[in-house]
Order: sequence, then C-alpha cells, then structure tokens
Amino acid sequence: MEIAQNNKQKLSDNPLYWHGGVAVAVLLWFVLYSNLIAFSEWLTSLLPIERNSHAGEAVAFFLYDVPKVMLLLALIVFAMGVVRSYFSAEKTRALLSGRREGVGNVLSACLGILTPFCSCSAVPLFVGFVSAGVPLGVTFSFLIAAPMVNEVALILLFGLVGWKVAALYLAFGLAIAIVSGFIIGKLKLEGWLQEWVRNIHLNGAASTQNIGDSLTFVDRYRAGLSAMTEIFRKVWKWIILGIGIGALIHGYVPEDLMVQIMGADTWWSVPAAVLLGIPMYTNAAGVIPIVEALLGKGAALGTTLAFMMSVIALSLPEMIILKQVLTLRLIAVFVGIVACGILSVGFLFNVIF
Amino acid sequence: MKQIKVYGPGCQRCETVAQMVKDAAAKLSIDAEVEKVSDPVQIAMAGVMSTPGISVDGVLVHAGGLPDVSKLEGWLAS
Repeated sequence: MEIAQNNKQKLSDNPLYWHGGVAVAVLLWFVLYSNLIAFSEWLTSLLPIERNSHAGEAVAFFLYDVPKVMLLLALIVFAMGVVRSYFSAEKTRALLSGRREGVGNVLSACLGILTPFCSCSAVPLFVGFVSAGVPLGVTFSFLIAAPMVNEVALILLFGLVGWKVAALYLAFGLAIAIVSGFIIGKLKLEGWLQEWVRNIHLNGAASTQNIGDSLTFVDRYRAGLSAMTEIFRKVWKWIILGIGIGALIHGYVPEDLMVQIMGADTWWSVPAAVLLGIPMYTNAAGVIPIVEALLGKGAALGTTLAFMMSVIALSLPEMIILKQVLTLRLIAVFVGIVACGILSVGFLFNVIF
Repeated sequence: MKQIKVYGPGCQRCETVAQMVKDAAAKLSIDAEVEKVSDPVQIAMAGVMSTPGISVDGVLVHAGGLPDVSKLEGWLAS
C-alpha cells in the first residue's frame, strides 16, 4: 500500500508524465474547438424551437459562445499560469526600482500583464513598490495595466469580437497605463500619499530574500492548473450571465437600435459610457459578451471599448481599497487621468472606424 | 512554540492557507500559534507584496498563491 502511494507520488512528480499529459490535453482541445459549430448547431436542433426565430438565434448564440469561451479561457489561462510562474512581484520590483520615468513606465506596464496580480493585494504591492524606490508614476503604470490588460479580457475579445479588436485593446490599454503613469510621475504627487506610506521607506523590504526558490517544470504546470481552476471558479457565472444577456440582445434587440444610443454620431455616448462604467463592478468575463452583442447591433466600437475599459479599470471597490494608501486628492487625479485616457481612446476609435 | 502569521486581506485563498497551516502543524504535531493578519498596513510592513503570505517566527517564507503542502511542512518543521 505504502509502495503504491510512493509510486503515485513519484509518477505525479515526473516531468515526462506532465509533458505527455499536457500534449494530450492540448490535442484534445484542438479537436473539441474545431468541432464547436457542428456541436452547437446539433444541440440547438434538438430543442423544440425554430432555428430562425428570435429564440432560436439567442439559443444558438448561447450554446456556441459558452463552450467556445470556456475552451479558450482554459487554454490561455493555463498557459499564462505557467508563464507567470517565471515572474513574481519581488522580481518585478527589483527590475523597476530606481528606474527612470519613461522607460520605467513602459517596462512597468508590460510587466503588469505578466506579473501575478490580484486586486486584493493591490495595497501591499503598492507599498512594496514605493518603499523600495520604484517611482510613483512607474508604480501607477503597473497598477493600471495589471487589472485592465489581462488575459481573460484579451481572450474574450479575441474569441467573441475578433483578433483586431483584441490587439487594439492590448495596445491602447498599455498606452493608457504608460501615459497616465508618466503624467502622474511628472506631477510629483508623492506628498499626496497617506502619511504612513511616506514613512515606510525600505522598512520591510529586506525580509523577502528567501522567497522564490527555483521551481521545477512540474511546479510550473501545477501553477498553470491552479490558475485555471481559480479563474474558472471565479468567472464561470459571469461568463454564463454575460453570454446570456448577450444572447438576449442578439436575438431580441432590433437591428440598429443601438446606432442611435451608442452610435459614432452621438458625441456624448463616450463620456456617458465611461461614467456608467465606474460604479459597475464586474470583470471582463461578464462585460465582454455584452459588448459583443452591442457591437452586433450597431453600437460604435469606440463607445463600447470605452465602456469596457471603464468597467474594468475604474472600479469603485478598488478605489476604496486604494484609499488606504492614497489621499482622496491623489485618487481623484488618478481617476481623472485614466478617464481622460479612456475618453480619448473612445473618441479616436469612433473617428477611425 | 512557533509563531506563524498568515498575511492576507481576508480573501478566499487566505482562509484556505490559514487552514492549510493549521492542518500541517497538527499533522506534524508542532506546537504552533497561527495568527491571521488582515490589516493592509501590517501586511505591507511585513514586506508581503502578493497575498497570502506566510511567516514563521518572523521570517517570511512564502508570498502569493497557495503553498505546496510538502514545502509548507518543510517550513514548519525547520
């Protein structure tokens, strides 16, 4: 019995077993993914509804998009989990500390995508960065990019709206993070931090030396798996809810209704979208399926992108968390600058497309 | 008596980690006092940047994500 236990232990620590398992899983993934349309049409045809009716449209949309998004998420979140195991908040801090503004902002925003980040540890991370000599503006670039440009948002955009919009979101999300951080740095607002943050300089930064021992491949695969299960636990309801609402819009909202409210010719629609997005607190998983459906009904790309960015990047709960380290004045400046960035992206897109 | 602190603002994972630490200590029959630290000021002061973090007798051994059970037992035993 004990020997069997030992063998099992060894087997699950064997990198070959993991490489093989991952290869089989990826292959299976491709088979499933390439048969999705047939599968969803078949499922829809089993239901007692007319395929070309409103209900039929909505159901087919739902049955195709839910498994598609779930499959894409599983693959990408796993891959990102593995990639992120090469990064850590400590390494990123070491890379960023003492960086000059400009280059520092660019590096910081890019690392914001790759470094493991959870908004629940935004405060300790902020303090850890600032106390170790990462300039304030560079810290902000990280803090803006990390939640806004994440793989869940990108993969949902890619899967539901298309790769072009996903690429634009990535590019402009990064641009907003870089420019906003740069401006905050130039404004020299260090004095607007909460007092305890200003006094903590390098106090606690010494004790993190022995963290981040070298990981094996198996550890990294495990990190990927645990990222996958965690994201799924967190977002599956949002995805189903979001795609459900999206499906209703898709099937029932008349064509071109959105042109009047969210079209490119209504100038106030972009600021309205940004304002509406701030109190709304959901994540990318919930909002992007709705965005897709709105786009399909004639909403302008810039307006919908602005709405999405505002929902994801400017959230009321995050501001309340940040209140512990930032004074209200600094929070107002931060929100103002990011909101301006989102507004410009919105207007720009409405003009170009 | 080991002083163990689990740093985290009270998210799901932090609760899980605190329970893992207690379970591991019980399994190895180590006399340990597990304290949960949820005050962001204290978390930041301890040098934890990604939560949950774990410190044993004042030394930070882990930060960010769920720890590996065998590693956790190693930290407790040493």
